[in-house]
Amino acid sequence: MNNEIVIAGFGGQGVLFAGKLLAYTGMMLDKEVSWLPSYGPEMRGGTCNCHIILKDDLVGSPVVVEPTEVIALNGPSFQKFENSIVKGGKMIYDSTLIDVKPVRADIEYIAIPATKMADDINASKLANMIITGKMIKETGVFTLEEVLEAVKKLVPASKPELLELNQTAIKKGYEYNA
Amino acid sequence: MKTVFDKPHALTDVPFHYCPGCTHGIVHRLVAEVMDELGIEGKTVGVASVGCSVFSYNYFNCDMVQAAHGRAPAVGTGVKRANPDNIVFTYQGDGDLAAIGTAETIHAATRGENITIIFINNAIYGMTGGQMAPTSLVGQITQTTPYGRKIETQGYPIRVCEMLATLEGPSYLERVSVDDVKNIKNAKKAIKKAFEYQIEGKGFNLIEVLSTCPTNWGLSPVEALEWLRNNLMVHYPLGVFKDKGAENNE
Amino acid sequence: MEKLLMKGNEAIAEAAIRAGCRHFYGYPITPQTEVSAYMSKKMPKVGGLFLQSESEVAAINMVYGSAAAGVRTMTSSSSPGISLKSEGISYIAGADLPCVILNIVRGGPGLGGIQPAQSDYFQATKGGGHGDYHLVVLAPSSIQECVDLTFEAFDIADTYRLPVMIMGDGMLGQMMEPVVFGEHKGREIPEKTWACSGTNMKREHNIVNSLYIDPKELEDTVIARQKKYDYILENEVKYETDSVEDADIVLVAYGTIGRVAKNAMIKARAEGLKVGLVRPITLWPFPAKAINDIASTAKAFISVEMSMGQMVEDVRLAVNGKAPVYFTGRTGGIIPQPTEILEKIKEVAGGIK
Repeated sequence: MNNEIVIAGFGGQGVLFAGKLLAYTGMMLDKEVSWLPSYGPEMRGGTCNCHIILKDDLVGSPVVVEPTEVIALNGPSFQKFENSIVKGGKMIYDSTLIDVKPVRADIEYIAIPATKMADDINASKLANMIITGKMIKETGVFTLEEVLEAVKKLVPASKPELLELNQTAIKKGYEYNA
Repeated sequence: MKTVFDKPHALTDVPFHYCPGCTHGIVHRLVAEVMDELGIEGKTVGVASVGCSVFSYNYFNCDMVQAAHGRAPAVGTGVKRANPDNIVFTYQGDGDLAAIGTAETIHAATRGENITIIFINNAIYGMTGGQMAPTSLVGQITQTTPYGRKIETQGYPIRVCEMLATLEGPSYLERVSVDDVKNIKNAKKAIKKAFEYQIEGKGFNLIEVLSTCPTNWGLSPVEALEWLRNNLMVHYPLGVFKDKGAENNE
Repeated sequence: MEKLLMKGNEAIAEAAIRAGCRHFYGYPITPQTEVSAYMSKKMPKVGGLFLQSESEVAAINMVYGSAAAGVRTMTSSSSPGISLKSEGISYIAGADLPCVILNIVRGGPGLGGIQPAQSDYFQATKGGGHGDYHLVVLAPSSIQECVDLTFEAFDIADTYRLPVMIMGDGMLGQMMEPVVFGEHKGREIPEKTWACSGTNMKREHNIVNSLYIDPKELEDTVIARQKKYDYILENEVKYETDSVEDADIVLVAYGTIGRVAKNAMIKARAEGLKVGLVRPITLWPFPAKAINDIASTAKAFISVEMSMGQMVEDVRLAVNGKAPVYFTGRTGGIIPQPTEILEKIKEVAGGIK
């Protein structure tokens, strides 16, 4: 395992939580992981991103400069990170909110209408989980079961209905076929 | 032979360094007598500040912590919060408490921090040689107001008790004077009540003591007492500005 | 042992509580506010105190008071706040009191920025406040090390009766990594017979003080304290080395930049350049002897920092003319990338051929 991931979007889209879920799943599998958020005033309604590194051996710099995967939840994030992806890497993006033409031939583009799908299951705030499900499927970085197990640890036990909804969203994303 | 006058146990044998006619010695003695009478010397921690009373850590027999200029209420907070069973007092002058340490004073007061502050107001910076204090009177000549304190340039003196009385936190605020026997007796009553309030857990209290500084006022000890009565006491009226205990009894 | 995924700020706060700190005084400032938030939530549950002070100045003086009273106490801040605390830190050092100060450094000077920086190296290691004094300065580079060094910080403070600073940066404070709170054995801590918690009429009064009006007395006190510092210089130095044995070029980098430098080292090795790394863990005492020893075989040093070059001066003093010492870095909140460091390595390698 040697994934360097950037997740980016607007504040409030659950960017940091999606990243935390990936890092947490990695930790449960005894991988070396790090999670680095952007912080400060830009978090107050502006753009927001986090860097996640998943490795078999020690994580050096926690800063992701050349991501192997980018998850983009809005247009500005798509444009900001598109060119930084390594050759052969993947851009997974929310096609409900992002209407831009991919320009690179050397990376793979994976579109998923995550926001629309979230609205369809009355969970408008869970586009982040839907797209995370899709990312797992496309990269094979974790199995569906591993992520569903990890999310149990991150959603408060006092909110079982919220856990179920998160798990449903992850599954929907995982099972989505364009 | 019967002993009729003695040094309080809460004072050490170290001779005071204060100038002739300075009233710090009287106030030290009053605080020490109160410690003796309440039997609290063994659990009291005093906080000395910066100013003429900086060496008070050598004079009081209880544990003593010396604080940076103006920070005594914050230091006292740290001592009290570490060991809430200790009785904690700070001993501060007007420059320390009402200029550089204004924020620490006001916030300790508004938190209702359960400590006692003995505030010496003699309207001048003593240790550094007689500069204008936040409590110097309008027109008062000091080393840094050689033409007298002017409202246009230095503004107005601060009335600390009145200012703190606007806050909910303090349990007891009184201004006293040590210019004559009657007032000294009153001052001791006030200091004792302040410590008692702390023992009872009533929260922040402050006793402002109008005091003299003959050396920097350029007056003899007797003239200084008269100046205190004729000037300080006029601008800073004696009295109780807040007393939660009395309110509760009403 | 259970692994937890925690932010650096929160991990340090948790470690402090586990190390027995029950008195924390803080004031909000980015990027370390999580420390206060964590303390305010957790302290009441363990019978401890979180108090939000009116200012950084008040916070450090509350620490002074609680330290004088004999309890484990701590404050945390970021660069501008540490400047405000510097007066109190000098008094704490001057009164020989133990406490822990966390500085999650951001870019400066002035209000500067809120992104990670290392531009407070001089302030932390050369004083900051007035007078002849030192802090022990610990610089973790991972969240696990944040935890381990926080335990150490309290032990060192109590062992030597001095303020210890843990210096991280915004990146370390904000990032999450797996962490384990293992059993911390701890040191044998001398009894605090000097503490001001009441005489109980059973002993002479204690005085906590930094005023010595007689110059000879002050000189004697400062010299006695210097002996303590000399002992620490001999006994408390911590650092990590990587591939220095055969290295022509040795990078020196601390904190999170130590990790970025390691990436650069790996890239350089992959290109056939013999590069090694020294990562100081104690910034004071600085690992001068270790660096001087390495200078017997290395041909050049590069200090890598998130500043305009501050630690580089200590590297030069340590190398003491045995080899040239270069600097590379970014400042203002910009994190140098491995490729930038690699470029500097190549430039230096070209020069020493």
